[in-house]
Formats: sequence, structure tokens, C-alpha cells
Amino acid sequence: MARIELNNIAKAYGPVEVMRDINLTIDDGEFIVLVGPSGCGKSTLLRMIAGLEPISGGDFTVDGKRMNEVPPRDRDMAMVFQSYALYPHMDVARNMGFSLEIRKAANEERVSKVQEAARTLGLSKLTERLPKQLSGGQRQRVAMGRAIVRDPSAFLFDEPLSNLDAALRVEMRLEIARLHQRLKATMIYVTHDQVEALTLADRIVVLNAGDIQQVGTPLDLYETPANKFVAQFIGSPTMNILEIEPKQGGLSLKNGANLGVGLTNAQAGARELGVRPEHLNIVSPEEAHISGTAELVEHLGSDTNIHANVPGIGQVLVREHGHFALKSGDPVGIALDLEKTHLFDADGRRLAA
Amino acid sequence: MSTLRNSSPLAVTGKYLALGFYVAFALFPLYWLVKIAITPDKLIFTEGTALFPSEFTFENFQTVLIATDFLSYFKNSVIVSVGTAAITTAIAAAAGYAFSRFVFRGKRLIIALMLITQMFPLLMIIAPIYKIVAAVGLLNSLTSLIIVYTAFNIPFATFLMQSFFDGIPKDLEEAGMIDGCTRFEALRKIILPLTLPGLGATLGFVFTAAWSELLFALMLINSNDTMTFPVGLLTFVSKFSVDWGQMMAAGVLALVPSCLFFIFIQRYLVQGLTSGAVKG
Repeated sequence: MARIELNNIAKAYGPVEVMRDINLTIDDGEFIVLVGPSGCGKSTLLRMIAGLEPISGGDFTVDGKRMNEVPPRDRDMAMVFQSYALYPHMDVARNMGFSLEIRKAANEERVSKVQEAARTLGLSKLTERLPKQLSGGQRQRVAMGRAIVRDPSAFLFDEPLSNLDAALRVEMRLEIARLHQRLKATMIYVTHDQVEALTLADRIVVLNAGDIQQVGTPLDLYETPANKFVAQFIGSPTMNILEIEPKQGGLSLKNGANLGVGLTNAQAGARELGVRPEHLNIVSPEEAHISGTAELVEHLGSDTNIHANVPGIGQVLVREHGHFALKSGDPVGIALDLEKTHLFDADGRRLAA
Repeated sequence: MSTLRNSSPLAVTGKYLALGFYVAFALFPLYWLVKIAITPDKLIFTEGTALFPSEFTFENFQTVLIATDFLSYFKNSVIVSVGTAAITTAIAAAAGYAFSRFVFRGKRLIIALMLITQMFPLLMIIAPIYKIVAAVGLLNSLTSLIIVYTAFNIPFATFLMQSFFDGIPKDLEEAGMIDGCTRFEALRKIILPLTLPGLGATLGFVFTAAWSELLFALMLINSNDTMTFPVGLLTFVSKFSVDWGQMMAAGVLALVPSCLFFIFIQRYLVQGLTSGAVKG
């Protein structure tokens, strides 16, 4: 159990500063997901919290105690690595109990804790196997078991599911969610997969190029993204971004189509309009804001993705619910759900009404 | 294995023929060594190049063990080789670990210097080495050989160890440190058991190099008491004749420790000790 605070955390490699002014407060028992594209610094941040990477500046505190210089073994945090990092020469039981072995815990305590963790993870029959005799999913479970046995104040996950196949990933994701519900421990989870972020997180931290872009609940990020980066990163398929020209008498798209909405004063600097594919609808030509041709139609069963080519605007992706009878080459009229659009200024910041 | 399944019988036969030829080619001198060792002296020249001697004898071995100083040479060689192998491997393992895991000032320079030491023919530095050893009064001592061999073997052994450490994922010791180990504990409990093949290979390599070294042993050792085996072999060459049979018998005996050593370490040389640690 721990409340973790990052105050103006910075990271530099020699003279190269890769991260600065990172501020984040993680409440006791909270599930925080750090998400962002490769190279955004999310893993580095996690490794700084773990103590594997020195912190170049700022204060890192756990329950009010400064931990910047505390070595990893004294931080009372468990970490699940992307590569699992199981000790190849130890069997499953010893792998899971290794932290207790190092702390010289009593034998009975170690055995009972390992057994309990193995039972909850469905590993009871595998405790005498070596890591090389396990499948990917089983190794992943052992890595989690090793963390559970510790009973740490915080769990750190570094892209734990990215080496698993799709089906297993969904299963393990549920398992992690269950684990969090049961243990109510503070968890910090790094991923580049926004689906994992949206499904697991109490709050998501979106990072890009060493900067925090936005911190918020999954729904916050989906509904009120702070900027174009977050808007495009969260949500699948990606949000459409259309160029606009503010004119007298309402908002116009680049091809001249007038949307018939006025801009507030705060929105005067708007340059682009973002709208998610699910907030676009295929409609009859009279109701349409814009029209074009369907270039590619993907029938997914639950949804239909229509990649439309709109003259003067370019590619627009529309997502219709269920099966939608449309072939590539068909003319389409598209209406925007004007309640659900976002306006961005020249710097990509979202402009609220 | 999949390539085997698809290849024609002809290709398979060809492959085994090539392998067989190579093995025969590589082992023939060894065979000749053994053959001459068990051929009675009187037949060595009369039978010439016959593949099998018409008579066998173990007399040469007997003579070598009882009538010569062979056992003393042998003992000296064991001391020098084991000492060199142990010291070199210990230093090389520590250096290799540092090169593999740490970033520090001058790392590239040190690596470059170590490479440069490997570029010169040993002949060039015999004279200065002799002067140094003589100046510190270590001529005719086994210690001088251990020091010199250690110095020459460390660069290569370090690169060898470094590559073994590079093959062990960093995640493992980080996991260990998070689990409560100090870096040194993680090294001892996690990395070291996984490096046994590397340590075995390095020990074996250095041991054999020291075991068969002649040049420095010849220069630095004159007294019969501290002669190592390769120098001792030369005593079988006298002014007027060469005692081929005894020399070969001594050679066969000298192979024994190397063979034992490799039998002992070969189980650590098996690949795949780290499999299962990380994905894949």
C-alpha cells in the first residue's frame, strides 16, 4: 500500500535531457497506466520508480518519504518484466519464492506463500518445472506470482503482455484486472497498447517525447482529450482530423462544406476539427455534411469500417455499427455528430467551447 | 533439422564423407603420436611409415615415468597451467562483467589497448620480458610463468567472458535486485550459475594455452627443477640422437590432463543454459 508522488522528475543521459518536470500523484490502491508510443519515456519513468534507472532531478516520494537514492531492493516494489526475466536455473517454486529466500524468511512461510500464489494463478501442478519447460502464458503467470508472493507496496508492470498472442493477452489482461480488485494494491502499468490502458486503468497517463500529455480516467481521455496527440492516440480506429476554415456564418471544412456551427470566442483560433469514426454516419445525400466515394469497406461483423475518399478533404474513416451493406466504389454521404467533435488550435491544443 | 529432411541421400553421404575426412585429417597426428609411442625402438626406423607396428610395447611409458624427470615436469606444468587458468579466469570474469554491464569513462580506450596487446608477435617482447623478470629475481621460478601467461591471456579471456555476459539478459539481474539482492548478490546467485559454460570455456582455453606454451618457458626457465613439460620434452633430444619413442610416450601422457579437464568441463559447455529466462 503506497501513495507515490513524482515532483518535477527529470531524466538526463549526460547532457541530453530526455524528460523534465514530470509531476504525478498516484493514490494508494490506484491502477495507473502509462501509455505512449515507443520511445516516449514510459518505460524509463517506470524504471526510475523501480530504482533501476537513476533519477536526474526532482523528488520521488513514497508515503511522503523521499526515495530517489534508495536502491531497488529497499523500495518494496515488485516488477513484472516484458521479458518475464525468470531465473532459468531455478524451478517455478524457487523463482516465485526467491525474494523471500533473499530476505531469509522462514521456510514454512515461504512454502505456504508460494503455494497460495501458485494456486491463485493455476500453477500448482507446475511448481517443480524449470522456466524453459513452460509456455509463454505460464511464464507470464510465474512472473506475476513472483510479484504477488512479495506482497509489495506497489506493483510495476513493464509491458507484461506484449510477448503473448492475442487470445492469451485478453485472458491475462482479465487476470491482472482481477488481481488488482483482489489485492487493492497500487499498480503502475506501462503499455503501448491503448486497449490495455483503457480497460485496466483507473487513470491513464499519456506520454509523448518525455512529456506528460494528459492524466485522466479512460473516459476523460476519450471524451475530452487535451490535445490532438491524445485524441489520436486514444480510441480505435484513430480519430479523423479535418482542416477547417473559420468563416462568417459558421465553421467550414477545407472543401468549402459549411457545418453550420458558430465558434465561441475561445475557439476563434481553431485550425483543425477532430471527429471519431464512430461519430460519423453514412446518410442520404440531402442530410450529408460531406460526400465522397467508399474506397474500402471492412466488414468486421460487429462493425463496418468505411474508408471514404472525400474530394477536397481526403481520407475519412466512418465506423457504422453492425453490418452495413456497402461496396467499395459506392457514393457515400457523411454526416458529423456535431456534439461530439473537437476543435484544435495551431499547436494541437483542444479548444473547449 | 528441417534441412536434413529435404536433402537427397547423395548430399547426406557427401556431408558425412566430408566430415569423416576432416576428422581423420585432424586426428591423424594424434594417431601417429600414439603409434610411435607404442612401437619398440628397434622398429621405428625399419618399419618406416607402416600404419600399424608389427609389435607393441609399453616400455617407452615405463622408461619415461621411472627413468626421466617427466613427473617433475608434469607437476610443474600442472601448477603453472592451473594457476594461470584460475587467476586469468577470475580477473577476466570480473573485467568481462564490467565491460558488459557498466558504462564508465575510458571503457573504449581500455578495450582498444587490450586489442593492441594482441597485435604484436610474442617474439618481439621476449627480450624486455626477460629483462623485467630477471630484474625482479623471478628467473627459474614457476611464479614468473604464471604472471607472464596471465598477462598475455587476460585480454582474450576478457573478451570471451564479456560475450558470455552479454548473452545473459540484463533483466535477470534487475529482477534479482528488485527481489531484494544487492548487485553482488544478484551476480552470485543469478548470473554466476548461468555463466558456468563461459567460465568453463575460458578455463579450458587458458589451461590449454598455458599447458602447451614453449617460448617463454624456454627463455625464463633453465633449471631442471622448474622446467615445464614442453621444455622437458626437449631433453629427449640429445646431441647425437632423438629418443622418438620416449618423446612420444611423454607426449601421450601430457595429453591426459587436457583430456580430463575437458571431460570435466564439457557438461558446462552445453548450450542453452539460459533458455526459458526470457521470451521465446
